[in-house]
Amino acid sequence: MSATSSSEGASPGATAPESRSWTLRLRQAIDRHLPMDHLLPDRQPYYVGSWVYVFGVVTIAALAWVIASGVVLSFMGPQWWHDSRVGRFFNSLHFWSVQLFFIFMVLHLWGQYFMAGWRSGRAATWMIGVIIFGISILTAFTGYLSQQNFASQFVAINAKDAMNGAGIGAFFSVLNFGQMYGLHVMLLPIGITILVVAHIVMVRTRGVVKPIDPEGGARP
Amino acid sequence: MKSMGATQEEYYRGVRMVRYDLVKELVLAMVGVGVLALLIAAVLSSPDVPPVTIATWAQQNPVDLVTTATNELAGATTSAVYGPPYNSVGPGQSFGPIAPQKWFGVRIPIDSANTFVIQPLQKASFSNTALGAALSTWQNATADQQTKWLDAYSKALANATVTDGGVAVATGDYGPLPVMMSNLVGIAQAGGLDGLLAINGRFYQTDYTQPLLFMGDGTYLAGLAQQAHLTGSQWGMMNETGQYPGQTWLWLYTMWYQVTPFNSPTGFLGFNSSNADLGVIILMTALTAALALVPFIPILRDIPRWIPIHRLIWRQYYAPRKGAARA
Repeated sequence: MSATSSSEGASPGATAPESRSWTLRLRQAIDRHLPMDHLLPDRQPYYVGSWVYVFGVVTIAALAWVIASGVVLSFMGPQWWHDSRVGRFFNSLHFWSVQLFFIFMVLHLWGQYFMAGWRSGRAATWMIGVIIFGISILTAFTGYLSQQNFASQFVAINAKDAMNGAGIGAFFSVLNFGQMYGLHVMLLPIGITILVVAHIVMVRTRGVVKPIDPEGGARP
Repeated sequence: MKSMGATQEEYYRGVRMVRYDLVKELVLAMVGVGVLALLIAAVLSSPDVPPVTIATWAQQNPVDLVTTATNELAGATTSAVYGPPYNSVGPGQSFGPIAPQKWFGVRIPIDSANTFVIQPLQKASFSNTALGAALSTWQNATADQQTKWLDAYSKALANATVTDGGVAVATGDYGPLPVMMSNLVGIAQAGGLDGLLAINGRFYQTDYTQPLLFMGDGTYLAGLAQQAHLTGSQWGMMNETGQYPGQTWLWLYTMWYQVTPFNSPTGFLGFNSSNADLGVIILMTALTAALALVPFIPILRDIPRWIPIHRLIWRQYYAPRKGAARA
């Protein structure tokens, strides 16, 4: 209340006291770097009219279906889909959404590679994309280990040697269903979601990279 | 580099802008991908081959279960000599001075003979005096005597037969082993060993390290995995049961196990089949880092300019146009 009281009576143009406000600084930074017409644009450069740009948005769409079907599966518990036809259908939806997610993501990655999408200050966007790809592989891996069927049994027995050989197995035990399930339904999806949001914000902030200049380079 | 600090307005200056509906595109993508996923899910379903239990193993191949248990007592199974993180018997994998398996030590202690055979039998001997006496005989015997019984019993198991679900071997001096093993098979066939290894004195649990390690020591589970094309030499990490796709995105990781030096006993430059897991993880970590750092690696970052795929992607931009300047 005191903060409100202290600013009462100040003229609208008086910005000196407010400039020390963290809230105002954050709002101004967002307005400056990511105004709404950048976040939700209704106009784009004409060169964006290529089918390759579709791979990015369908990857996000597939991720949304992966998360939606995963939320249903995690709400009902890991046994549900083995004993229920409805559960089996949601597991199938989850399974195939993941397959589509990876197909689209790999196409998006290759598309961005051949477009040298990291140019003009976009290297961090590329790097976060690669990290998302890596965490997605880890998330899918923990998903296969959490299936509670024959494949997950043998994948676990097989994979333990790689994890143990690299020292990772001392902390990340693929034979421990509870640990793999917890990582799969909670920590890893949160990590992917945060990084995907950061990736999209970076794309929207900088805009879409221009086509490769025949006489220019592909440096970041 | 010069446009790194440019605002979007500055970056797009002079570029022809066209109408675009981001929300509509996203909604259409959601609907399109959703319909596709729903259709595939409805038509193709998903894989769910039931897991193998120790009870199934004991019922389908009791000789393999007894052979595995005997080898556990002899300290001759994979888990018995594994090394960290389960025990300190084996050295673990290393590449020169790099030995992370050893560095982190024994964090999930497993004493194979005790964990998989002796302790379950001790729990089962609560109301079984014959089994209790056999266990006492075993534990009071010298190590030499135990080794003689194990050697003789292991040789006899090579010609064992299955009678009424039990394992029968030729007459010989095996000490208490036939009593111990017949009880172990009986407990396992009834599902008791699944419970004893998985629950291990608790009520709630979610850690299947013990039963999975024990099953991994036998040949029954590996044989089923071989039929399902799930083993390492069959690119198993990227396969699934049935005709379903597995983790196909692990193709590169899986491929290294099929080629020299990682599939060779002699290897190359210190990498071989005995440290293949560590070697492949090191290699894949380096390749992943290289992929992330492509924008900064000469040649790799220049390939897109040399291979004119971008001319297909932006063919409208590169198409000769009369009287129109490029952005």
